[in-house]
Amino acid sequence: MFHYDPVLYSRILTEVTLAFHIIFATIGVGVPVMIALAEWTGIRKNDRYYTLLARRWARGFVITVAIGVVTGTAIGLQLSLLWPSFMEIAGQAIALPLFMETFAFFVEAIFLGIYLYTWDRFKPKRHLMLLIPVAIGSSASAFFITTVNAFMNTPQGFTLENGKITNVDPIAAMFNPATPTKVSHVLASAYMTCAFILAAIAAFSLLRRKGDRLYAKKALKLTLTAGLVFALATAAIGDLSGKFLAAYQPEKLAAAEWHFETQTKAPLVFGGILTEDKEIKYGLKIPYALSILAGGTPGFEVKGLDQIPDELEPPLYVHYFFDGMVTVGMFTIVIAALYLWLSRSKRASKPAPRWLLRVIVACGPLSMLGIWLGWFYAEVGRQPWILRGYMKVAEAATTSAHVDTMLLLFCLLYLVLGLTAIKVLSKLFKNNDVADELIAFGVFEKRGPLE
Amino acid sequence: MNLELLGITVLWVFLFGYLIVASIDFGAGFFSYYSVVTGSKNITHRIIERYLSPVWEVTNVFLVFFYIGLVGFFPETARYYGTALLVPGSLALILLALRGSYYAFSTYGSKDNQWYMLIYGATGLLIPAALSTVLAISEGGLIVETAGQITLDWSALLGSVYTWSVVLLAIVSVLYISAMFLAYYAHKAKDEAAFEIVRGYALVWSVPTILASVLVFFAISRHNPEHFTKMLDLAWMFVVSFLCFLIAVYAVWKKRHLGLGFTFVLLQFAFAFFGYGASHLPYILYPYITIHENFTNPAMGTALIIAFIAGLLILIPSLVLLMRLFLFDAGYVQGNRDKKG
Repeated sequence: MFHYDPVLYSRILTEVTLAFHIIFATIGVGVPVMIALAEWTGIRKNDRYYTLLARRWARGFVITVAIGVVTGTAIGLQLSLLWPSFMEIAGQAIALPLFMETFAFFVEAIFLGIYLYTWDRFKPKRHLMLLIPVAIGSSASAFFITTVNAFMNTPQGFTLENGKITNVDPIAAMFNPATPTKVSHVLASAYMTCAFILAAIAAFSLLRRKGDRLYAKKALKLTLTAGLVFALATAAIGDLSGKFLAAYQPEKLAAAEWHFETQTKAPLVFGGILTEDKEIKYGLKIPYALSILAGGTPGFEVKGLDQIPDELEPPLYVHYFFDGMVTVGMFTIVIAALYLWLSRSKRASKPAPRWLLRVIVACGPLSMLGIWLGWFYAEVGRQPWILRGYMKVAEAATTSAHVDTMLLLFCLLYLVLGLTAIKVLSKLFKNNDVADELIAFGVFEKRGPLE
Repeated sequence: MNLELLGITVLWVFLFGYLIVASIDFGAGFFSYYSVVTGSKNITHRIIERYLSPVWEVTNVFLVFFYIGLVGFFPETARYYGTALLVPGSLALILLALRGSYYAFSTYGSKDNQWYMLIYGATGLLIPAALSTVLAISEGGLIVETAGQITLDWSALLGSVYTWSVVLLAIVSVLYISAMFLAYYAHKAKDEAAFEIVRGYALVWSVPTILASVLVFFAISRHNPEHFTKMLDLAWMFVVSFLCFLIAVYAVWKKRHLGLGFTFVLLQFAFAFFGYGASHLPYILYPYITIHENFTNPAMGTALIIAFIAGLLILIPSLVLLMRLFLFDAGYVQGNRDKKG
């Protein structure tokens, strides 16, 4: 560590910024959809509980959007500050979606501003309409940015000759082979994660026996139903991603699965540790599963790391990122299904067991952990490349002498922002009691609270 | 008009948009904090908050749009500016991040937290100072390329009269533009007490704005004579800018036609900003990057222009809606509408 290495520090700074930003970016993409779902349910069922749900979520959402905006600005600029040579090359071929992303975000920002300040100025249906451009804008942002990341994995739409880029086709660059699976996986997992985070909040207030029980139970049912649907979609798309990797980035799949020898009927290894001679110990082997994941049939031949030159092999610890991500996905599916089964209408009178509520609370942060693991897998699994087949990470970084100091400053910034956000958000909800708001809202006019 | 000129014009228009919207925002933040410290909070703070709350997210996007567009249209700017600006760029980013977040914290979360207000107010002056140094750097002589290694010459940057004159102009203009806008907004809101205060700010900061501009002219004639000569060729633009300034200040002085007055503030800065920009061409960075030699490939250039036009078709109606709801809606401006839910 005594030797100053701008490449290493640039990588760490980018990782830290992305890890912090992705929390707020994920919330920014998924929560508008959840708010829309709640407000729409409120209108459809003519149930003010759901309207209040939408209002309270929106109130907290705006704080996270602020941090999402500023950290998004940071990563946008850091791409040029830390990876100038990459941006010079990439700018020639993939600038189009980057440019369009700003438009998408522009629309989102404008309509979010209008939405927040017009709850009582417009009729409910018209107010809900304002959320449509917000949700489309945020999902379109995610779409455009993810195409850029997809391009880094499977670059196409240009020719590189003697360091010069020619024959650029911006559309082909944007719709590269990685785009469909990557974009849909990012969107579905963002929706899923937000559903589980909001479910965690509802479960938490049920556990504390404060606030209004009916309100929290309605919130829990809505969020977990949405969470289950999105989690199943995420898993299905994840399966397609496996087939994409086998076809276009076999080294990434092989590294994640510790798949050393090219073979058919390949088993899938879950967990375990790797010995010095690359033998897998204590792992759970599922026969044929890797061949099925990669090609759909047990007879599919999966390319192993034996066909990849050593210097182009991704780090093997991505295995744990991959397994962690899959575990989180499966676990949340089981928990959401279990809760919905237990609370089905036949036994609606019985309250959900407290241990289950506790597990649901844990599912919120767990889903976010899943997002992190997924991104770490996607990014570390691309190593040593920044632009697969064209440019390595080490060639792309800045040569500036002060990346270490900047790293320190940004870490401090994120620490301060994160802590203040937690403080402000918890204060916001403590100061606005659900029961009081329901009364102010006219839900309890004559009778007392329902439960 | 060829593609590269169209590209740089689009970017310059967006930078101008940022200059105006951000100046209003930065200056308002400073005045807002100032009003808390001096105890006139109740008078001016309401006006400032009512305008800023719904539009703050939009401000940052103008800036992001500018630099993403710059790298898109002129990819080599990434390597030169990116390498040289790591430190000033990171500092500006940190300030912007603090500002955006703490605005949200103080507006939507903990009201009346003095620390949040201080961060918000102070960054309002520090950010324009930090960002304006990029304009100084673009004049050349401060970024040096030796044997393929690009570095920023810090002592030249900090020792340059031109740098400091640009920083001064940026700070003073922020306060001037913001006060002129708030005077118009307060007048529209029929808030007499607030109007009197911000009108005072507007008049106080008008003369320093002109003095700082003159200083910049003087400094650039020393720093980059080639650019200064080209500015003289476009002298009429700067003269028109000055006339617009006189009309705008006269309107505020007489307390009449304030909407028109603010329009002349916009024109004043538009003429000066585009005069400066046009005379800066063809260079984006003296002497390394020009719009002709460093333009992206034609395919990407065309795609970006098409995307831009399509984007504008969505963006302009949205912006009009935003302005009609919060800027030109008399009921909202006067505070007769419901607040955030």
